[in-house]
Amino acid sequence: MIETDRLTRCYGPLIAVDSLSLRAEPGQVLGLLGPNGAGKSTAMRMIAGFLTPTSGTARVCGHDVRKEPLAAKRALGYLPEGAPSYGEMTIREFLVFMVRVRGLERDVAFRRFDEVVMRLELDEVLDQTIGTLSKGLRRRVGLAQAILHDPPVLMLDEPTDGLDPNQKHSVRMLIDAMARERTILISTHLLEEVHALCNRVAIIANGRLLADATPAELEARSRYHGAVSFSAPGSGVSREMLARIPGVSMVEVDPLDGRVTVFPRAGQPILDDVQALLRTQNLEVSEIQLERGRLDEVFRQITTQRGGQA
Amino acid sequence: MTPVLAIARRELRGYFVTPVAYVFMVIFLVLAGLLTFYTGDFYDRGLADLQPFFDMHPWLYLVLVPAVTMSTWAEERASGTLELLFSLPVTISQAVLGKFLAAWGFIGICLALTFPIWITVNYLGDPDNGVVLAGYVGSWLMAGAFIAIGTCMSTSTRSQIIAFILTAAVCFLLLLVGQPQVLDFFQDAVPPKLLGAMGQLSIARHANAIARGVLDLRDLVYFFATIVAWLAASVVVLDLKRTR
Repeated sequence: MIETDRLTRCYGPLIAVDSLSLRAEPGQVLGLLGPNGAGKSTAMRMIAGFLTPTSGTARVCGHDVRKEPLAAKRALGYLPEGAPSYGEMTIREFLVFMVRVRGLERDVAFRRFDEVVMRLELDEVLDQTIGTLSKGLRRRVGLAQAILHDPPVLMLDEPTDGLDPNQKHSVRMLIDAMARERTILISTHLLEEVHALCNRVAIIANGRLLADATPAELEARSRYHGAVSFSAPGSGVSREMLARIPGVSMVEVDPLDGRVTVFPRAGQPILDDVQALLRTQNLEVSEIQLERGRLDEVFRQITTQRGGQA
Repeated sequence: MTPVLAIARRELRGYFVTPVAYVFMVIFLVLAGLLTFYTGDFYDRGLADLQPFFDMHPWLYLVLVPAVTMSTWAEERASGTLELLFSLPVTISQAVLGKFLAAWGFIGICLALTFPIWITVNYLGDPDNGVVLAGYVGSWLMAGAFIAIGTCMSTSTRSQIIAFILTAAVCFLLLLVGQPQVLDFFQDAVPPKLLGAMGQLSIARHANAIARGVLDLRDLVYFFATIVAWLAASVVVLDLKRTR
């Protein structure tokens, strides 16, 4: 479990993290989402014990990071931003060092070492020097280090940053596989990642918590939520007729590809009516879609409007 | 294995996987030899001891120890691994101690590799080997004091060059403060008690006794106190840097 209690951090006059209170339970993957410079990394650094909070505190598995830092750190696996590691060491040496510093029992250490190497597919590169590795491999080494001691809480700062699509996919599979019994906090500015990984999202900007909800709840805030869009090439769709359907608030036609989007009034289901209309008009529709809502739009709306007011 | 030993071991290995350790060793050994024979009048003195050898050590350490310690913390900060290190279940004191022990052990290895000069003096004459051993122990302690100072300077910056220069400057100051010329300069400006204290702060004064092979308890206390004080300062600096 991770809990932050009015966690605050100032750099001189700048408030990087402003009274942030969050809570993530086992089984949850909480995504910290925010624009660059929103305070995601600073918040994570405080939870990891690298930075001291200006005020407030955080708890990892009930251990206060200010009062019991070692107990908190023992329960935590942390991948810092950019996955720093000692460039002059080989992967094997680095992981062995981590085992020793963490003081793992010998038999546990062997088992965990083998498991982590297998999970992150590091067996063929174990004796390569970390400094010569590609960005993707280095990220995997960082992940290996974070899960080496089988921590109940994982905190990953931009775990897929700089990876290619295949690597992203395998890292997401890994996180997914570990999510069941653990608490996982990841930071990202990739919206696709939120869909792929998180069952809860906390949006922060300017150090403040602006939203804390499930991805579906956030999507429901989008004006696209429940909207129906379709492509009907080669036919002049009557916007007026669509707009006359009860429950429709507005119709938009994309000037580039001619795609029509029909927006509902809040919470009104309009898919059936739109389809019925298209059928009676004998319009040839190549594809029709019920929109779930667009996270990027919600994200922009939340982080710019309210962030701007602050 | 305790975290302190794990860190010390990693650091010590780190010296040897890059050329730094070998370059350092070669230069240390060559300089230690040259200075002893040429500027130290090793032969002309006609005495079978290693005093000219140990006399050179403060000046060797002045240049070489900052080169060893400059990277210890500055590099961790610059490369971001400090964040990793501090997210491990290790206290700051343990990390500082581990890195200090690694550097101290490394200098110990360098000192041990000067054994040919000890063989030479035993071949040429009949030195008091107890005195020689005391000289080695004292020299190693002095190196520890230099390393502790270097550690503290390295914690306060992310630039290795700055760490080097600050360390060399502070060590130079501590070497000079006991020289008669410096003390004469302050004679009229400073009350005699303070002048005496300044003299006692000097590394050179304590090092001289050691070069003669005298292991006085006061010199030992001086060096241990210096090491502890600068390492404690390092811990404080690292902790302070977490809050701002």
